[in-house]
Amino acid sequence: MTKMSGAQALLESLERENVDVIFGILGGAILPVYDALCDNKKIRHILARHEQGAAHAAEGYARASGRAGVCMATSGPGATNLVTGIANAYMDSSPIIALTGQIPSTGVNTSYMIGRDAFQEADIIGITTAITKYNYQPRTVAEIPVAVKSAFYLATTGRPGPVLIDLPKNVQAGIADVEFTDKIDVGGYKLVGEPDLAKISEAANLLAKAEQPIILAGGGVIIAGASDELIQMSDLLMAPVATSFMGKGAFPETHPLSLGSIGMHGNPAANKLMGEADVLLAVGTRFSDRATANLDTFASNAKKIHIDIDAAEINKNIEVDVPIVGDAKVSLKMLHAAVSKKLQKGEGKAWTKRVKEAKEQLSPLLKELPKDLVPKALLTELRKLLPESAIVTTEVGQNQMWSALYFKALKPRTFISSGGLGTMGFGFPAAIGAKVACPNRPVVDIAGDGSFIMTEQELACSVTEDIPVTVIVLNNSVLGMVAQWQRMLYKRRYMAVNLGKTPDFVKLAEAYGALGLRATSIEEFHKAVKTALNSKVTTVIDVPIGSETDVVPFVPPGCGLPQQRGDY
Amino acid sequence: METGKTKVISVLVDNKPGVLHGIANLFRRRNFNIESITVGPTEQKNIARMTITVNEDEKTIEQVVKQLAKLIDVLKVDELSQGNFVMRELALIKVNVPSSKERSDIINCVDVFRGRIIDVSTDSLTVEITGTPDKIDAFLNLMKTFGVIELARTGITALGRGAKSIRIDE
Repeated sequence: MTKMSGAQALLESLERENVDVIFGILGGAILPVYDALCDNKKIRHILARHEQGAAHAAEGYARASGRAGVCMATSGPGATNLVTGIANAYMDSSPIIALTGQIPSTGVNTSYMIGRDAFQEADIIGITTAITKYNYQPRTVAEIPVAVKSAFYLATTGRPGPVLIDLPKNVQAGIADVEFTDKIDVGGYKLVGEPDLAKISEAANLLAKAEQPIILAGGGVIIAGASDELIQMSDLLMAPVATSFMGKGAFPETHPLSLGSIGMHGNPAANKLMGEADVLLAVGTRFSDRATANLDTFASNAKKIHIDIDAAEINKNIEVDVPIVGDAKVSLKMLHAAVSKKLQKGEGKAWTKRVKEAKEQLSPLLKELPKDLVPKALLTELRKLLPESAIVTTEVGQNQMWSALYFKALKPRTFISSGGLGTMGFGFPAAIGAKVACPNRPVVDIAGDGSFIMTEQELACSVTEDIPVTVIVLNNSVLGMVAQWQRMLYKRRYMAVNLGKTPDFVKLAEAYGALGLRATSIEEFHKAVKTALNSKVTTVIDVPIGSETDVVPFVPPGCGLPQQRGDY
Repeated sequence: METGKTKVISVLVDNKPGVLHGIANLFRRRNFNIESITVGPTEQKNIARMTITVNEDEKTIEQVVKQLAKLIDVLKVDELSQGNFVMRELALIKVNVPSSKERSDIINCVDVFRGRIIDVSTDSLTVEITGTPDKIDAFLNLMKTFGVIELARTGITALGRGAKSIRIDE
């Protein structure tokens, strides 16, 4: 037992979870914690310029490193500004810890107390109930260590997700005897056990007999660190691997059996073969609408095996033949062993041939570089310019879907994007977070002009805090994805998509003390990226592209994957 | 409303503030419809039991149960299987009494339904009745002929039959 303040207990608890960085912005109700930070030597505080940026940075940190990211804000608007970032982490199953200041729970001044609509009071516990795995509001100093330990445990185990700890100011400032133990308070939460052997065996039977097996890998594979097991499974079955958008990076996209990602803007070879397969092995994916398109025609010829750590995902969107509840890595290992025993070698030549042919026909690589700065060429070139270990984040919209189609991810945790929530403005702060987690690797945000403007103020953070990343702005002066929908689905009746006089991104970067470059040809793009990779400050590369360039192929809403339109 | 059969789900939860909010929020967010919900403490310290009735199809019920089980504050969830549980609902009904003739008619009905009169005034009777929702509905129908002034129903509470339980091991 040691006598200390709640704020000190919080920092000590964070240190015990090996927290080395907090992304945050302070305010009145979190001041005791910031005061305690003055005396803390181990935790670096990075001042974001908007709380949304802090939350996305924490997620970028988490997804690049696999460890929980921490963000912090004051009560009221500080806390509510975190909400988009928390919701994003919830949808994409990212472990982040959000710390918020709160109005005192008791005190001398009874009008400045929780429940009295005090200045900067927001019911952040109520607000975040639906978008956190759990949230805590310690009411005594002594509860803080348990809340922090529990929060990290919940955030990082099972299906990861965000956890919020709301800290009343009197609890931060209060002094009490504090004990640090391994005690956690997680109610009925249980980790999943070993997968059911009978189900593994059933799945192995299906796979061993499959003539045209296909694997669909989701973000769960990356979270579980199961990429090696996935590659082994694919090699064993000679099964092509498609990923969901969140699964991008789980399987090297240069592998002969890689099909890229499926979905509304999926790789045509992946979308086509999904309909031809006779057995589908889906791992760590939740069959989101953007991945499956119309469910009636999704893998409609295939028996379906679904491995997921979250039992509630089984049969939620898709009825499956063999459900396996378990960790992706453990389950794939067991399944691999079971299939090995049953598999007849030398089968499946026709399917391998078909996979190769489908890839060549439907998803051809660029033979030669076009003269114009088209996204396909840009992103193909970008891959060549970046080392394998480079981390790429994206914004949301056309930039994101072009990245999904044409930027080949080679390793897990190197492609970080807002998949579930689709949060414009995610990519840049996430890049900052990723760079903090991996300071020795290049980090590039593939952005659109519309998205970048949403969190562009974090240029101040990246420059001041010396966190150099590269932002490539695919600048078409429109909100491109919605403009595309208005063009394709609303008879070209454009409304509110024209961004008019977008800022001069070169000057904008310079105004923040960053480096601004512009590329109007492939040669200039090469040069700019090389300069950026060697730059000591954050670099913004403005790349003007045509304002009516569509992302194709495209599965229109309501249609199935086989009804994809447009060429790769 | 009649999209499927009414199902009864027993949920053991940590008895602490905010738990009901979490559960109600889940039903709203996932677009599940609660028909009734009753909450009360159990024989075990700090554990409360919620009895939730839901009118949804099989697939949705499966999701309800799984999503409930995912909540941190939920300790156990059990879908009570058809016919293999007992359930009761309590209703308090304030009935209009136009004359003394009707007063004795009402009292006769209460006796038949094994209810109790718990409050009497010159022109009203308050009846307590316990049973399955069907029985309460039937009784209510009878009372409507006299005029129901006010009604309070608890929603059902239920337990599985036999010695089996979902009690939490201590």
